[in-house]
Amino acid sequence: MAYSEKVIDHYQNPRNIGTLDKSAKSVGTGLVGAPECGDVMRLQIQVNDETGIIEDAKFKTFGCGSAIASSSLATEWLKGKSINDALEIDNMDIVEELSLPPVKIHCSVLAEDAIKAAINDYRAKHGLEAIEDKKKHY
Amino acid sequence: MLKLPIYLDNNATTPMDPRVLEAMIPYFTEHFGNAASRNHSFGWEAEDAVDKARKQVADCINANEKEIIFTSGATESNNLALKGVFEMYREKGNHIITVNIEHKAILDTCRHLEKSGAEITFLTPGPDGRVTTEQVEQAIKPNTILISVMYANNEIGCINPIREIGAVARKNGILMHTDATQAVGKIPVDVNIDNIDLLSFSAHKMYGPKGIGALYVRRKNPRVKVTSQIDGGGHERGMRSGTLNVTGIVGFGKACELAASEMEAESKRLAALRDKLESELLKIEESYVNGSIEFRLPHITNISFKFVEGEGLMMGVKDIAVSSGSACTSASLEPSYVLKNLGLDDELAHSSLRFGLGRFTTEEQIDYAIDHVRTAVNKLREMSPLWEMFKEGIDLKSIEWAAH
Repeated sequence: MAYSEKVIDHYQNPRNIGTLDKSAKSVGTGLVGAPECGDVMRLQIQVNDETGIIEDAKFKTFGCGSAIASSSLATEWLKGKSINDALEIDNMDIVEELSLPPVKIHCSVLAEDAIKAAINDYRAKHGLEAIEDKKKHY
Repeated sequence: MLKLPIYLDNNATTPMDPRVLEAMIPYFTEHFGNAASRNHSFGWEAEDAVDKARKQVADCINANEKEIIFTSGATESNNLALKGVFEMYREKGNHIITVNIEHKAILDTCRHLEKSGAEITFLTPGPDGRVTTEQVEQAIKPNTILISVMYANNEIGCINPIREIGAVARKNGILMHTDATQAVGKIPVDVNIDNIDLLSFSAHKMYGPKGIGALYVRRKNPRVKVTSQIDGGGHERGMRSGTLNVTGIVGFGKACELAASEMEAESKRLAALRDKLESELLKIEESYVNGSIEFRLPHITNISFKFVEGEGLMMGVKDIAVSSGSACTSASLEPSYVLKNLGLDDELAHSSLRFGLGRFTTEEQIDYAIDHVRTAVNKLREMSPLWEMFKEGIDLKSIEWAAH
């Protein structure tokens, strides 16, 4: 199967690989997927507590090229966004941007789940309830 | 200059040896006759060429040329062996013993036969990928008519004790079939010493053309018959009709002759290269060989690199052509059933690469591959959250994964 140019670019030059201090109050961490499924994504956001703006985002992913590209792209999109705007990121936007084929849509779903999980982790640290996923995938 | 990408997937298929191509060419144009045309020289030439090739193919497994049925390849041979035996010996019994890491051409054919009333026992091999004679013996029932065990596995290269299993089959009056697609031409295979009644193999795994294979069907002690699955002009002793693929057969014959004459030196050369590749790659932390190391084809190694995913790794090693046990491309997300049935954790199965060396593999290519794989594994581990957790001493099994 041929990968799109954008997937290859993110795979070869992944943006924002790394680790933020997950114990910091301003950091939200989302860990989604499972090793036996062949995909695990960890996405972290660092939020400015006053403005609610995501100032930094990092990821690490175990998975195929599309999974790596989806999470790399997600960190790019997250930086500079408010938490509310970040919640608007839809997996289909990722599919479109990376031209993912149907068998790789689950990679984008995982990236969206990772964003939501990171935001909810941040919210939990600030005594806020989790935002429920209104969307049902599949 | 090293030409990229480097082909290390010789268990999938092999390039044709130029000497094989040379032998085939005249039979496309000059000697194009139908081997079944008995009344003119065009037919006789084709028939002579087929006869010669049939002898070359038979010699390669120490069979008689009358015991070779040409087919389109090992998949057809496996279908003919299993379906043909089941239909021919149905009155004697309906039970077949096989192994759950066989090629799909065996497994799916067995599933098909189950629907027609066959009873199939699928043995699970040991962690080394091999089945034992005891396992086979214990599975035998009064209604067992056939045992089908692959000679060597296509994903990990482990070699089964076929001679011993064949002896068990013979002792019990049961037919013995082996899918020897990966073994013939690579290691000595002898249908008489190995107690084999039916054997499937294919030209394109041994530097011959695609689209031609054979089923060996024993003629004496016991005399074995299979019901034809393709009916027509009664070719191949009535067991497989259809105009003979003369060019393919000529190529198959030449490929068998070359493989047999060069096997001893070639298997030593390949084992040395494979061992170099393997020992260098095992220097990478948390890497493991899958399957038997002792009983293994000389040209293959299957290695898991923990904490990196196979498909991602394949993308990182784009300069070498290998295959992965991870099947993330399929919607099922299931890793290799072969590795799973060895009892490997899914994550190890997802992290595996199969390297298949071949006649045209050079040491320079292996050196390049070692470096290339090492770089890719390191790069992917740098971006693997699992690797980071492992390094922090976190037990991955203690985490509640949100499986999707």
